[in-house]
Amino acid sequence: MTGRNLNFKHRVAVVGAGLTLFRSRMLETPQELAWLAAKQALDEAGLTLKDIDCVVIGSAPDAFDGVHMKGEYLADGAGGVKKPTVRVFVGGATGVFVPIAAWWHVASGLCKKVLAVAEEKMSHAAKPHTQYVFRYIWDPIVEKPLNPNLIWIFAMEMHRYMHKCGVKKEDIALVSVKNKRNACGHPSAQLCMPNVTVDDVLKSEVLVWPVQLLDISPTSDGAAAVVLASEEEARRITDTPVWVKGIGWTLDTTHWTNRDLAYPEYVRRAAEMAYRMAGIDNPRKQIDVAEPYDPFDYKELHHMEGLGLAKKCEAPVLTREGVTQRDGDLPINPSGGLLGVGNPIAAAGLMKVAEIFWQIRGEAGARQVKKPVYTGLAQAWGDLMQAGTVIVMGI
Amino acid sequence: MRVAVAGVGWFGFQPEVVDYSFREMMFKAAQRAYQDAGGLDPRRDVDAFVSCQEDFWEGISIADEFAPDPIGGAMKPVYTVTGDGLQCVGQAYMMIRSGLFDVVVVESHGKPSDITTMNDVMFMATDPISVRPLMLENVHALAALEARAYMTKYGVGEEHLEAVVEKAHRAGSKNPRAPFASPGRSRAGSPVVVDPLREADIAKFVDAAVVVVLASERVIRDFTDTPVWIDGAWWSTETSTLELHDWSFPIHTRLAADGAYEQAKIADPAKEVGFAEVDNRYSFKELQHIEALRLAPKGAAKDLLADGAFCPGGRLPVNLSGGALAEGVPLEVHGLARLSYAVAVMRGDIKAEVDRREVAVVQSWRGVPTTTSVVAVLRL
Repeated sequence: MTGRNLNFKHRVAVVGAGLTLFRSRMLETPQELAWLAAKQALDEAGLTLKDIDCVVIGSAPDAFDGVHMKGEYLADGAGGVKKPTVRVFVGGATGVFVPIAAWWHVASGLCKKVLAVAEEKMSHAAKPHTQYVFRYIWDPIVEKPLNPNLIWIFAMEMHRYMHKCGVKKEDIALVSVKNKRNACGHPSAQLCMPNVTVDDVLKSEVLVWPVQLLDISPTSDGAAAVVLASEEEARRITDTPVWVKGIGWTLDTTHWTNRDLAYPEYVRRAAEMAYRMAGIDNPRKQIDVAEPYDPFDYKELHHMEGLGLAKKCEAPVLTREGVTQRDGDLPINPSGGLLGVGNPIAAAGLMKVAEIFWQIRGEAGARQVKKPVYTGLAQAWGDLMQAGTVIVMGI
Repeated sequence: MRVAVAGVGWFGFQPEVVDYSFREMMFKAAQRAYQDAGGLDPRRDVDAFVSCQEDFWEGISIADEFAPDPIGGAMKPVYTVTGDGLQCVGQAYMMIRSGLFDVVVVESHGKPSDITTMNDVMFMATDPISVRPLMLENVHALAALEARAYMTKYGVGEEHLEAVVEKAHRAGSKNPRAPFASPGRSRAGSPVVVDPLREADIAKFVDAAVVVVLASERVIRDFTDTPVWIDGAWWSTETSTLELHDWSFPIHTRLAADGAYEQAKIADPAKEVGFAEVDNRYSFKELQHIEALRLAPKGAAKDLLADGAFCPGGRLPVNLSGGALAEGVPLEVHGLARLSYAVAVMRGDIKAEVDRREVAVVQSWRGVPTTTSVVAVLRL
């Protein structure tokens, strides 16, 4: 990116959002889930499918839904029939990437109104657990023969972060407690644990030390959708468009073993790209609310630091001091995040974008943060701990 | 902001690439593309990368993890489109047109020789409720149904399929990357796979990788003196509910073509387009796609082909490369194979029997059971 042309001809706004329930073993088909979210987003924007020019679909591993060429399969439910429809993919980071790709559909001038839909059905993928799908994410020659479990590498990362920053498990558990409590205000939430405590997290089942059951988000089914529009269309559709101010994404090398596990450099670079576009030079001051990706509690801390919302190793301190609470100075995951609302991989990322949209419009209901919100950020993470996607939105 | 092809590189197009992994194939193709783009350095000169691939083809869950390193994209903006390579070109075209990027690299690779259960993988792309319980032993049956619907409705006979096959093998014999080209091969002598399709009507799979460098008009001259402009790129998905789609005519190709032509300001493609590279992974598809691209009226492609209009040296040559019937189908690389061949013809790198090289149309379809096509209009 040369940065020579950051005054885009076409500004892009989000004008509607939709979200299904996040639950394990939903009875709806993936196509039906996609449509439920898409319909809600269209209704919120006061549009119908006839108004939509292009569709962007996001979904994470194909094996979750058990369908090859899942984008083709989801096209019906996502409203993409007889339209330019594309499925984009960066593993777990896909949810935030879907509106990023939708952004250039509009910014290029080729589409005026775009439906961005993310869907995932994790709970039917493999028996007895979705982890079996993750067995096939590894290098087929070097790593797969070892039959690693996904939680092992996250345990390594968490351990490394704790060691390098001197973080105690109690501090990390605070994230889980905060988010699972925040989720109680969310109509789609899978987990609402209003009375959960740090002690509960520390006493939950050990999966791979130091990762325990309540450190992890649940497996979920669900879908999310947003409608993006050009400036001209957005002003026709609503008096309160939420502008996409910045986008950024980065893929680190496949070789996760060569990486600094204590700091997500790929998130930093993705955030820098988005901040440059959005004109943000002090994210800690200029971002009013953030939804960083939190499939594990330590990842919220990791990502806050990668996003520049905290200095290196500072995120646990801010969490302990209450800065990241919904009524704090820098509310983090007021929705409840993946730890509370649930984790239908790609849909979870787009859920965060929808949350920022509602927060900026003041429509987040019980989840609305106490401070005024002018600028918000959503971020997702995926692949072999290598993908970071960031979107900055504002009025 | 206009967008142009700055460089192309390919590797493979062998029935089985034994001694290179898919990552090494990607690396080889990328090296050649970067060399073609004036010795471009991907770490310094490229803003973003797009890779077209699908998990089940790769045998890897979340296959995009492996995209960055072989193409020089690690720690840069990289992502995957689960679609044909030409759809990646469409995305890159938009990314550059948005003004955010100047140089975007498009990659696709396919190693079908690694897949031991090809029919089962293709079968997994069918609807799990309505079609999969049918337990189709050969998913080419879906193409055969389309072939029969098209042939019945438009009076296409097996002799017309014979003509497509013959043309493909003859043209492919001059294409250095067409391992299946076999001039003089008799279609009638090949066994019936699924009536009306014979073995010679169905393109075989091939291992290949193609990388394409796209650049904005602002920087294109930094990389090449012979840019090939992409003046239009569009795609369309009809429906995944096969029971409801039009079996006799690829509406998705028509919609994609109309979008691309509108962008390229082409009003009468049959007159304005000089040559075309289209999907012919089944012989009847070449005729269907010619018509859907408005290069011939519906039902007339067979007659124009008989008159030599679409042959090398004809009025509007189609598949000077021989297409998939000669080159093979390298999974999602197919569209980039069509594009890279057309670019080479337009730049004069390949001496082809074509009078008008200035405007070409390139089209790809993803094969059964999909209903997605991509169309790009290229101009010198």
